[in-house]
Formats: sequence, structure tokens, C-alpha cells
Amino acid sequence: MTPVKKREAYTVSKVRVATTSLAGCFGCHMSFLDMDERIVGLLEHVEFSRSPINDIKHCEPCDIGLIEGALCNADNVHVLKEFRENCKIVIAVGACAINGGVPAMRNHFTLQECLEEAFLDEIGVDNPHIPNDVEIPLLLSKVHPIHEVVKVDYYLPGCPPSADAFLKILTDLLEGKEPSLPKEMLHYD
Amino acid sequence: MNKTIKIDGVEIPFKEGQTIMDAALAADIYIPHLCHKPGLSPHGSCKLCTVDVNGRAASSCTMPAAEGQEIENDTPALNEVRKTITQMLFIEGNHLCPSCEKTGDCTLQAIGYHLGMLDGHFPQFYPRREVDASHPTLVLDRDRCIMCELCVRASRECDGKNVFAISGRGTKRHLIVNSPTGRLADSDIELDDLAAHICPVGAILIKDHGYEVPIGRRTFDLHSVAETDLDEVILTKARHHDEGDDSGEKEGGVYGV
Repeated sequence: MTPVKKREAYTVSKVRVATTSLAGCFGCHMSFLDMDERIVGLLEHVEFSRSPINDIKHCEPCDIGLIEGALCNADNVHVLKEFRENCKIVIAVGACAINGGVPAMRNHFTLQECLEEAFLDEIGVDNPHIPNDVEIPLLLSKVHPIHEVVKVDYYLPGCPPSADAFLKILTDLLEGKEPSLPKEMLHYD
Repeated sequence: MNKTIKIDGVEIPFKEGQTIMDAALAADIYIPHLCHKPGLSPHGSCKLCTVDVNGRAASSCTMPAAEGQEIENDTPALNEVRKTITQMLFIEGNHLCPSCEKTGDCTLQAIGYHLGMLDGHFPQFYPRREVDASHPTLVLDRDRCIMCELCVRASRECDGKNVFAISGRGTKRHLIVNSPTGRLADSDIELDDLAAHICPVGAILIKDHGYEVPIGRRTFDLHSVAETDLDEVILTKARHHDEGDDSGEKEGGVYGV
């Protein structure tokens, strides 16, 4: 007869969520935090893996990845791929992740023009030179939305999406429903 | 006896010479559209108003209404196609809503909301298009032009000026200005012209009037694009007083008021 194992303490496994900001302004993260005290209720069901909220640097296997920002350099692509490999569900959050947003406005110009304007020609530039260090990720010639590189499962538009919209999409997923945004929460700005 | 057509099973009357779009708008039925405005000659370019007429697809803004037509409009299949068209319009220009002054007042954006569009789906074109800020009161940002030709028709049919035209083909299509230099400053467009106000997207903007209405209180923050009497709401911004039109096109339209 096999010995009866001592019953372990009953724990509810939480849904693991990772978040990151690529080429963006962190506004979507700020908006996420706008859910204020409702985040306490959310934390009963959710724990955060890699996220600027807890400063964890690498994405472990997760259930949901919220990605803000577009792709503007090689590191963005690396982080995005790490998310895709580790997250069951990837959500593109905000205008930058969805269509490039404001960072994509540099696509009107060549990379050389952008660098020269920022580091050589801009008024008030001290010691004009274009930075060149192995620590600096290489810039992509154009900014791209994330769905052009990895498969994206859901989109949460807005600049930024409201805290209510974040809560709605996460609540839907936690309840096992297909996420949907009511019309009044759908905004691209 | 009134002649009638059926839209989604609802019988509505029409007058001889009306298009399906005219009849639908008169009966408060919304058919999504971008390049159509009552009072201007129909153009049939955006294809958002495609409906099934007796089982065949047709642009409702150019298709004459005819007795006995059975029309499907608000169906999941047609709305899915319309969403795809809207996505294509978004990705082939530079429609970056957060940086556009027209956000909240933009009909393209509002149609995206109406159709539940969450993303552009296709790879972005990010075309390089010329901005013309030469005019003292108007700015022409071709990044957002969807080639609907509303400004072309408004200038020709209402303002009597012929300021705009579309040139080129395919991805090289672009809005041109009828002036010796091709610049807006050297054309005879004026702030009071309908063409200066009719743009459904943020391609023609009025200078010095940015963000007067805060985001969140703009037209489509408060209204749905499906409200068929919205044209009056949108044009309260327009300062167009030119009623001296001899084409007769705008009679009965919102611009004839």
C-alpha cells in the first residue's frame, strides 16, 4: 500500500502576466495603473512576471503578455520574440504596438536624417557626434508594429487604452471568455 | 403610389432618380460610407457602401434605387468586408490617430469604431507623402488623404473653383493642387470654401484652430457615425456661406440649407 501523502496547503494558481514597453512612452503602463485600487482585486487572480512594475528583466513562461510600444531597434525585436516564446496569449496594447503610433512618424525620414537631426544638427547639441557603442541596440531602418514580426492574439487600441479597457480585456480572459471591447471603450487616440 | 425598396427586410419608399444611398439616408438607415455626401455628385470610390442588391454587390451611392430591389446592408458578411476595406485605408496611408488634430472628428476613425476594427491587420505601407503647409490658413497633409475626392467635388460643384484633383495611379495616387506652383498658397482656395472643411479625415486642416475641443468631447466621442443626421453636426464647424451654386446638385442636400 502506498503511503498517503500529506495534503499540501491548498493554493489557487494565479494567472501569470508579463508586460513590457518597446518603442513607446510607458503611457499604456501608466494607464494600466490608473485602475487604482481595482488592481488589488486583480492581484487575487494575477501575478506579474517580467514587468516594469516589478522590475523583473526576463520573461518566464506566462499566460498573458501585454506589449506596449512599436519595434524601433534590435533589442525591441529580441524582447518581443522572448515574449512570444513564453506567453500563451500576446496582447498588442496601444497605438504604437498596433500601427507604430507616434514612433512610426520617423518613418517619413531616413535613419540618417533622424540621427543627424538628433545628434548633429539639433539646436543646443553639445559635442555633436552620432553615438556608436556596442551597448546601444542597432536601430531598425523603419519602425514597425508588433504584428509584423510575431503572431498577436488580441489587440487593445488606444493612446493609451483606458484603465477600464485593460480591466475589461483581462477580466474577460480570466473568466475564460473571448475578450471584447464595448463601443464606448474603443478609441484609437 | 410610392415606389419602394427593401433594405434588410424593411420596406422604404424612394423617389425616381434617387440612389439606394439617398433613399436609405432619407429613411434613417445607415449604410457606411466615406466618399459620399448628400448634395455632391456621387463618386463610388471608397466602396464602403457596398450592399447586396438582389444578390449582387453594388455601391449604394451610385446604384439607382429601383422598384422591388431586395437589399442586404447590415449583415455580418458585408460588415466584415467593410472592416477589411477600412483596414486597407488605414495601412496604405499614415493614419496615426494620436498625433492627428482631426482625431475624434475623423469619419474614417469613426467607421473603424463602428465596425469594431481593432488593428490594421495588414503590413503598414508607411508611404512618404508631401505635406503642403504653404497656405496662411490651411494645411494639406497628404499622409491622411484617402482619395475620396470630397474636396475635389466640393471645390468644383459648390465653391466653383476647381482647386483640387487626383493625379497618378495605384500607390502613386495623390491629391494635386491647381495652382502654377502646385502649392496651396498659390491657389485661390479660401478659408470659407466648403473644400476647406469637407475633408472626412485630417488631410485638409485649418491652421490656428488645434485642439479647441478637447479629445473626449469631439464629434465621434459623443456620436456614432451611424447617426444619419450627423452631417449637420459635423458641418456646424464649417463656415461655408456660398450658396451661389448653379449646378443644382446640392439642392435638398445639407449644403443647400
